[in-house]
Amino acid sequence: MGKMNSKLKFSKTTKSNMITYLIVAVAFVAVKILLAGGHMSSLMEGLLVPLCIYVMLAVSLNLTVGILGELSLGHAGFMCVGAFAGAFFSKCMKGAMPDGLRFLIAMVIGAAVAGAFGILIGIPVLRLKGDYLAIVTLAFGEIIKNLVNVLYIGRDGEGFHFSMKDSISLHLGEDGEVLINGAQGITGTPHDASFTVGIILILISLFVILNLINSRDGRAIMSIRDNRIAAESVGINITKYKLMAFSISAAIAGVAGVLYAHNLSTLTALPKNFGYNMSIMILVYVVLGGIGNIRGSIISAVILTLLPELLRGLSDYRMLIYAVILIVMMLFNWSPKAIDWKERVREKYFSGWKGRKGAAGQVSEGVLSKGKGGK
Amino acid sequence: MKKYNKIISAVMASAMVASLFAGCGNAADSGNSSADNSGKADTAAENTESGEAGNAEASGDSAGAGGGTVFKIGGVGPTTGGAAVYGIAVQNASQLAVDEINAAGGINGVQIEFKFEDDECDAEKSVNAYNTLKDWGMQMLVGAVTSGCSVAVAEKTAEDNMFQLTPSGSSVDCVKYDNAFRVCFSDPNQGMASAKYIGENAIASTVAIIYDSSDIYSSGIYEKFAAEAANQPFEIVSAEAFTADSKTDFSVQLQKAKDAGAELVFLPIYYTEASLILSQASTLGYAPIFFGCDGLDGILNVENFDTSLAEGVMLLTPFAADAEDELTQNFVTAYKEKFGDTPNQFAADAYDAVYAIKAAGEKAGITPDMDMSAMCEAMKAAMPQITLDGLTGVGMTWDVSGEPNKEPKAVKITGGVYTAM
Repeated sequence: MGKMNSKLKFSKTTKSNMITYLIVAVAFVAVKILLAGGHMSSLMEGLLVPLCIYVMLAVSLNLTVGILGELSLGHAGFMCVGAFAGAFFSKCMKGAMPDGLRFLIAMVIGAAVAGAFGILIGIPVLRLKGDYLAIVTLAFGEIIKNLVNVLYIGRDGEGFHFSMKDSISLHLGEDGEVLINGAQGITGTPHDASFTVGIILILISLFVILNLINSRDGRAIMSIRDNRIAAESVGINITKYKLMAFSISAAIAGVAGVLYAHNLSTLTALPKNFGYNMSIMILVYVVLGGIGNIRGSIISAVILTLLPELLRGLSDYRMLIYAVILIVMMLFNWSPKAIDWKERVREKYFSGWKGRKGAAGQVSEGVLSKGKGGK
Repeated sequence: MKKYNKIISAVMASAMVASLFAGCGNAADSGNSSADNSGKADTAAENTESGEAGNAEASGDSAGAGGGTVFKIGGVGPTTGGAAVYGIAVQNASQLAVDEINAAGGINGVQIEFKFEDDECDAEKSVNAYNTLKDWGMQMLVGAVTSGCSVAVAEKTAEDNMFQLTPSGSSVDCVKYDNAFRVCFSDPNQGMASAKYIGENAIASTVAIIYDSSDIYSSGIYEKFAAEAANQPFEIVSAEAFTADSKTDFSVQLQKAKDAGAELVFLPIYYTEASLILSQASTLGYAPIFFGCDGLDGILNVENFDTSLAEGVMLLTPFAADAEDELTQNFVTAYKEKFGDTPNQFAADAYDAVYAIKAAGEKAGITPDMDMSAMCEAMKAAMPQITLDGLTGVGMTWDVSGEPNKEPKAVKITGGVYTAM
């Protein structure tokens, strides 16, 4: 015991963070072993990259909803911006530079553009008190989707052509190529996304977010969430910190979008993939995993992405079952009665653990109640 | 001990995640029998022998090579959500064709097993559906139903070298790889054929267009139509777009067409919106000739739609459920009997797709124990050699590029029924 104590002199948060990283790393290794052994079905193999994308989205939205305490309903909009920016770049530069470098730059561009949009939206809205961010981001998501649907960009010998009407009015030359074709979006984006890249991106996002939370800035952000007036009174620049958290969250969503665009050969802005239903879906991941609980977001995003695919055997009933499971899980996680019941069960059957787990239990309870306060 | 708890919980959590993945992999590998059974319920197939064959076959290998005693044909399309009507039509008609072929002895004497997976009209989901079918042991694919999904799935089939025949994926990129073929006309083809038809038959000299700019099908046809119109003796006087978010009120677009003095309004859109346009035009007192493409097929079945408004509407479609020929009559009767619904053009395309696979399969002499890639090569070589008399065209042939060659038929609605022109 004594030895262990001296060996593991991390703070509680550091250890908690380490556990989060470890979960991702172990999942990665486990999947790689399964893949190498050929034990993984094609369905699971195909789902690996989407899983990474949704985990990133959930984690990044948790920064806005859980840590900053603002409700954002346009997260899919940032993903859309990032996806189109990244795919546009890749399509332009296909063959002009090494694939790895191009993909890396595409991701940086996706993050930068989505982050810039986050700042643009944040500057006016985050100055306000109340749930205005929810309204504005909701509108933003829809606007972006519609804008992308009327956007036509082509390229020929003379350079780029741009139109908001149709691809004919681009007046492309003989060698012209339509890059973004309105509702048909971008087709032929190179397939660069892989599970390894996805995991690396998840780890980077986690690193950014977890370090932000445990930094001086992060504590300032959380103090705004918990009590805005008190935070203001000690001289915290509210708008600055809100903007910081919100734009980082948007930038990570943008990177997830780039990954999404490079996983499928066709990228179209449909209500299905970039509409507000998708934004709500991401919010569901966050709420189910626990508002403010980053690790919970990862787990819930994985479960909720896998669930509809694993329920395929039920054919059309799967959407119904999925919804029912979702409600049951929500109730089980969040209803006060269910929490009481879980507490009682723990006391009854695991009372021996209670004393020892006391500290750990308090930490998670603390995070949860803070999350609730923020909402 | 306190210090250990965190570590233990970490290990436990990671173990759970790992087991989740492992469990999924195993479930999909060994759970073939249950998937088969539900698939059967899904597609309402009554042939139990094919289900048993599926059970007996342990296709654990992820390459999806069959090696069984049946041909496994998969289908991908939306059976839930907004586009469900198209996916269900394809699912039903494919199943009908498969049952007929099985009853008549199958392909080269081998029975076919058919399974359809839902993609919710989402490109990402369609890839999942495709992978699910691959785990099931699919050897050939009929799908995907919608263009966007077809493009996404084509990328995967090209990677795996699996034979793909999309019944209704009409955008150009659907068949850009040599393993992919289609039954329907491509969007540009339809636009060009419509423009030529209007020009050559001198139906009108001034044309207005109302199209859905947020829809790939509609904007694809529109662009080619507009490009071809330059070579034809008529003039486009107005081209107005709407989007999926604003498809209930068309009075502005119609007023513009009216003010521009258009004699003909070209509607490269689906029938639900077209029915609204027709009734709103009649309210405006505007009565031009309406001309549409295959998306207009089905307009006479719209609920609460006064079919007399559709009088005189012309459309270019490869299939009309009211056609007199025996093949169509039999198909429509059998479809109605089984599914209680009048088949639309998607159903006809799917029915032809399955028969095209049969024809090509017999030409190529494929056997179920061939591996997926070899089967694809054989089918690829056989497709351009077959001639099919199907529902959507007589004497259909295919190019190596994957495009079908068939004559578009123009029909006119007179007295509430389609009549050939």
